[in-house]
Amino acid sequence: MGKQLTDSPVVGPGTLSARRLTTGRVLAPVLVGVLGLLLWQLLVGVFGISSYLLPAPTAIFAEANRAFEHIWSAALITGWNSLAGLVAGTLLGVFFAALAAASKSANAMVNPLVAALAVIPIVALAPILNTMFGSTQFPRQAIAALASFVPVFVSTLRGLRQTNPELRDLMHTYAATPIQIFFTITLPTAVPYVFTGVRLASSLAVISALVAEYFGGPRGGLGGIISTAAASSQYPRAWAYVLASIVLGLMFYLTTLLLEWLANRSRRAAAG
Amino acid sequence: MSAAPTTVKLKDRSGARRAWLGGAAGLLALLVLWEVYKFLGPSDGVMVFDTRILPRTSDLAMPHTWDMVTRMFEGETGAPNADPLWVAVVTAAAFSLGIAAAGWVVGVVVGFGLALIMLRWRLAEWGLLPWIVLSQTVPIIAFAPVVRNWGIQLDPPFFEWRDWMSVALIASWLAFFPIAVGVLKGLQSPETSHTELMRTYAVGWWTMLLRLRLPAAVPFLLAAMRLAAANAVIGAVVAEVSTGLRGGIGRLLIQWAGQASNDPAKAWGPVFGAVALGLVAAGSVALLGLTLRTYRRQEESS
Amino acid sequence: MTTPDTAGSTTPAPEAAAPTAVQATNVEKVFSTSSGQVHALSDVSLTVAPGEFVSLIGPSGCGKSTLMRLIADLEAPTGGQLSVFGKSPDRARRDQDYGIAFQKAGLLPWRTVADNVGLPLQLHKSSTADRKARVAELLEMVGLADFADRHPDQLSGGMQQRVAIARSLAEKPRLLLMDEPFGALDEMTRERMQTELLRICAETSATVVFVTHSIPEAVYLSDRVVVMSPRPGRIAEVIDMKLQSTDERTDELREDTSYFDMITAVRESLHGRSGQGGTQGSGRTSTGHGVENR
Repeated sequence: MGKQLTDSPVVGPGTLSARRLTTGRVLAPVLVGVLGLLLWQLLVGVFGISSYLLPAPTAIFAEANRAFEHIWSAALITGWNSLAGLVAGTLLGVFFAALAAASKSANAMVNPLVAALAVIPIVALAPILNTMFGSTQFPRQAIAALASFVPVFVSTLRGLRQTNPELRDLMHTYAATPIQIFFTITLPTAVPYVFTGVRLASSLAVISALVAEYFGGPRGGLGGIISTAAASSQYPRAWAYVLASIVLGLMFYLTTLLLEWLANRSRRAAAG
Repeated sequence: MSAAPTTVKLKDRSGARRAWLGGAAGLLALLVLWEVYKFLGPSDGVMVFDTRILPRTSDLAMPHTWDMVTRMFEGETGAPNADPLWVAVVTAAAFSLGIAAAGWVVGVVVGFGLALIMLRWRLAEWGLLPWIVLSQTVPIIAFAPVVRNWGIQLDPPFFEWRDWMSVALIASWLAFFPIAVGVLKGLQSPETSHTELMRTYAVGWWTMLLRLRLPAAVPFLLAAMRLAAANAVIGAVVAEVSTGLRGGIGRLLIQWAGQASNDPAKAWGPVFGAVALGLVAAGSVALLGLTLRTYRRQEESS
Repeated sequence: MTTPDTAGSTTPAPEAAAPTAVQATNVEKVFSTSSGQVHALSDVSLTVAPGEFVSLIGPSGCGKSTLMRLIADLEAPTGGQLSVFGKSPDRARRDQDYGIAFQKAGLLPWRTVADNVGLPLQLHKSSTADRKARVAELLEMVGLADFADRHPDQLSGGMQQRVAIARSLAEKPRLLLMDEPFGALDEMTRERMQTELLRICAETSATVVFVTHSIPEAVYLSDRVVVMSPRPGRIAEVIDMKLQSTDERTDELREDTSYFDMITAVRESLHGRSGQGGTQGSGRTSTGHGVENR
């Protein structure tokens, strides 16, 4: 059919060529970022906005540079809490998703609880966990784990249910055992979904570990320092730590994005 | 944090009943687990490499579940004429819900506007979307301590800036991301066959938006609005804590946790309040979704 | 009744003044893709007279859908001239001179059957009363009057397609463009729809450009069949259907020898000129032949 000709190329009348498309996609966000920073610097420099409102980007970078070692150690604490939480949450999420996929009654019990967990403010548990476990880093890791659990569970369960019914019937005609079916069909289909869940969970883990520090417990992490710096009106300092937490969140996101991409790539290679 | 509409499947009535029953059973299982561990577990918890991974089982660390419940109906303070605890919790939760709702509305409006701008100009989509997606990875709540100063220092001309507005502003920060991303996805969701049909009718951009793109975006919008509601609640609770605003559930969480050594069950009151807050916020959006059923037929049938 | 609201400013040309419905002269269409240029249409010249039923047939890649999309102004030609009722395709689209139906019914799932049929009328601001009357008339015509308040997901594929056809007729277009509208239907439904389409065309005296890859379908429906061949897409032959007038055709024609002769003529044209003994597209059409004879 002529349809195939007209459907496949995205380039129709009035659209840009492929090369200009890629250039635009890369240049536009960079341009917006640079303009934003310049505007920010100008606002502060020209209109003389005081540093409690908005320190100049240069002031923030200078502070970040000056206090680099402190920021680094704070980022290590928060980063470790986030990582521990993310790993634990992922393991729990995969475990419960497998349980829910395997058993109808488990599904009926777990699913509504997860739906509820998804909409409640998990950080509200922080003070309680501090009493239960004592004033350590563990409550933060637990919060990060609970927060990452939700997207991993949801995504994994979707993946486990994704199996193509024709493939399942095919395996049935081969008289394959349930274990064989699980390893040849169910698991390979689900793995990319697990990693999608991990990617979605990564930024939640960092945010939750960081915010949990606002609710008491030992100081020293990024969140704790941001709140003390802001409370004592050291604004460039607070912003430098905010910057560090942005970088931390970004690192988690990009790493898990890479993992997701690798998981999808190996699947594509296997399929093709 | 994806706003894919596939997570909101409408359930038939028996499915809904099964979900409630299952949820109740799951909750019961949690309660039983709590009490059994409290009864059998070592009093100092379980330690692995100096980290306590299972809690202490004392009444201080783990009050009995029935104590948590009965405590809700006892006086807030020891004073003879004190209101029961649940009254204080509900009042605080309502206060926080109001702030979250204000932030949610602002977030929905801003997010929707951004989605429209990105839909209209592809250059805007290219320039903004990566930043919006990346911003989801940014711990925006970290700004909370700073935002409070903005209102105080800026002193807006037409109204007096109040502390709760700072909290609502942070809630809206968290709420607008899912809306912007989800609504854009929804507005771009119509199939080529539909957009081409509209083109053969020689309609303009706005008519296409009104008659095709907006109705097609409804399932995405509802999923995004539910996420935004959950985010707004988190934003409100956390911002109350970090800006030190009184009157809301965030404040109670901190304040009563401080009294936990004398009154451990009391600290659970605001936790239940926060849970209810999240459920009510998401439930309200779900109710809103019921009024838009016509636009969710595809979801239902798929 | 409702004259289609002319979206543009100029008044439409007087009806009788346009001597042709569609006039293509040396039309070219080249798509540039990442893997190079694809020559979809090369040197296509074709004239469709008002009231005529013309089918475009050919194997995959012959550009039959592309040609129809050019007429509908969904794509722009890269060379040659194309006019619809003496105007540019763009003007004709703005004047709403044609109605269109695709292979996928393309109904809006949130609208009832009646609202789907009334969509173009609503978009072009006809009054509510006019719209109601016209929609009722159209649903009667396609035999779906009882289903006006249903939603598309409650209909079978064949019914959905009938809704799409009713929608394409809503504004009484002078030209009807149909891109494999029955392609996804089962054979029985398909035959019934073909007969209904002929009846509707007789009632409305519209010009039809019909894209298909079924030989019996093209023969049964058309005054002329345009056989196209691929790489590059071009017109191989235009065959006159030496059968009774399309207004008078009934299911009996499907068992008539003149009909088989025409099928053979189209078959031979398709296979003879598509080079490889008709490996593409022939499987479907030859089985179609068998089914048609049952």
